[in-house]
Amino acid sequence: MIDVKNLTKRYGRMVAVDDISFHVDAGSIVGFLGPNGAGKSTTLKILTCFLSATVGKVTVAGHDVLSESVAVRQKTGYMPEAVSLYGEMRVGEYLMFRAGLREIPRRARRGAVEGAAQRCWLLQPEDMMRRRLGELSRGYQQRVGLADVLLHNPPVLVLDEPTIGLDPAQIRSMRELILSLRGDHTVILSSHILAEVEQICDYLIVIAGGKIAASGTPEALRKSVTGPSRIVAEVKGDPDAVMRGVGAMKGVRQVDQAAHGNWLRITIQGDENSDHRAEVAKLAAEKGWPLRELRKEVGSLEDFFIQITYKQSVQAAGEVSRL
Amino acid sequence: MRKTLILARRELAGYFFSPMAYVIGALFLLASGMWFFHAIFRSGHEASLRPLFEAMAYIMVFATPLLTMRLVSEEFRSGTIETLMTAPVTETQVILGKFLGVMGFYLALLAGTGFFLVLIAVYGQPDGGVAVMGYLGMVLLGAAFVSVGLFASTLTPYQLVAAIVSIAILSVFAIMMQLLTIHSPEPWNHLAAQLNTMTYFKDFSRGMFDTRGWIFFGSATALFLFLSVKMLESRRWR
Repeated sequence: MIDVKNLTKRYGRMVAVDDISFHVDAGSIVGFLGPNGAGKSTTLKILTCFLSATVGKVTVAGHDVLSESVAVRQKTGYMPEAVSLYGEMRVGEYLMFRAGLREIPRRARRGAVEGAAQRCWLLQPEDMMRRRLGELSRGYQQRVGLADVLLHNPPVLVLDEPTIGLDPAQIRSMRELILSLRGDHTVILSSHILAEVEQICDYLIVIAGGKIAASGTPEALRKSVTGPSRIVAEVKGDPDAVMRGVGAMKGVRQVDQAAHGNWLRITIQGDENSDHRAEVAKLAAEKGWPLRELRKEVGSLEDFFIQITYKQSVQAAGEVSRL
Repeated sequence: MRKTLILARRELAGYFFSPMAYVIGALFLLASGMWFFHAIFRSGHEASLRPLFEAMAYIMVFATPLLTMRLVSEEFRSGTIETLMTAPVTETQVILGKFLGVMGFYLALLAGTGFFLVLIAVYGQPDGGVAVMGYLGMVLLGAAFVSVGLFASTLTPYQLVAAIVSIAILSVFAIMMQLLTIHSPEPWNHLAAQLNTMTYFKDFSRGMFDTRGWIFFGSATALFLFLSVKMLESRRWR
């Protein structure tokens, strides 16, 4: 449904998106994940014909974004990161205006507007459709933006940070709404919050520093990023003796310790697939050290994501210092 | 065409909600009214509309930029340009829609001066030909001025900058060219006379049907609308 090949976008000398390629199948929900400034919004703006690529070929719903831009825009609905609206217009009036631009026949317009408003919870309170856009709260403006996107029931939906500025209840209903679009629509959404996209998306594309850092289903990603195991234990005992005892175990790469009150917290980095929990318990029992915690930590997607974000910021800092 | 009209309607409705448009409209009517009562509507004066049209043309040098300054600038500043340009509309439709929208408001403003026409018809015998051609000239001049203002507002997200740029461009053609016609040496004064907006407008305000005026204002309108479209298109590449 969406096909991106060797896409590069430069703003002057700054490279925002650096030679990325990906493909999105029809009917799937794809999450674009990355720290701020990673190039997510730029990519989405190119998909929706708001910006032109410097290099590369992008096709959406079978149309080229450059040569058949109007056809692409007819088949997509794009909700920008910060939804901005004409403050002087009323909600209903604005949606009718947008429906006209979307080539919805005059007779079908009112029905389309009402349908979209209902899906986006705009019919409550009763006078909502008559309120001025400039007077709406952030959350309601977001809903109007979403209703606008759903008006013409487009096959492709591009949502840039759809849940930003919403309260927790609204985030949940937004999530349900996006999930209800699965199958009929191809949805591509961006976020810098992992937990959010992990739940909704069939496929994740992690982007950092303008490049694709990883991509795959959430499960596949989680498997691929689980690094070496880590064991955390809290014992009471002589720090030197503990370090010596643990350090002598087989397959231990690194041991760190930190005082927690009068307990000693040790973190053991082991080889891949190693598990030192039994040995630690045995050692503590032998030496008579009280043991109050012993657990294995598995590298999460979150860790991986933070790692990428960290790498990007280090790189950016490096580039700045080189300038 | 349908989308152009939808865009034009929204733009026109926007004017009727904007306090700025009312202030400009009121000032325009006040200034032209003062001129009307000072220079025309007096016993002993000729019942001619010519001085009124010429005064209105000069007022428009400052009034139209204030009407057009927000057209595209405001879309850039508020970010609505993003939703607008990702809808299936072309740059040409957007520019033409905005142009027609302002022209709608401009015509409403001109209609307001019809009051003077009624007054003078009651108390004297004005020349009907001057009235018709004068208004026609005002419409053509307005179209050219509005397209200059529209172009200026595609250049910047700041309304004030857009207004200053368009007042500058209009002043060059409406005021400076007139001075250059008088003060510059031989071949240049001819060139300045050819570029002087008011030379062409004066033909209309005298009740003449002059094709040079049609061509001058028509081509100026087309040129600046074309430049506006190109300017708006160039945004995608920056």
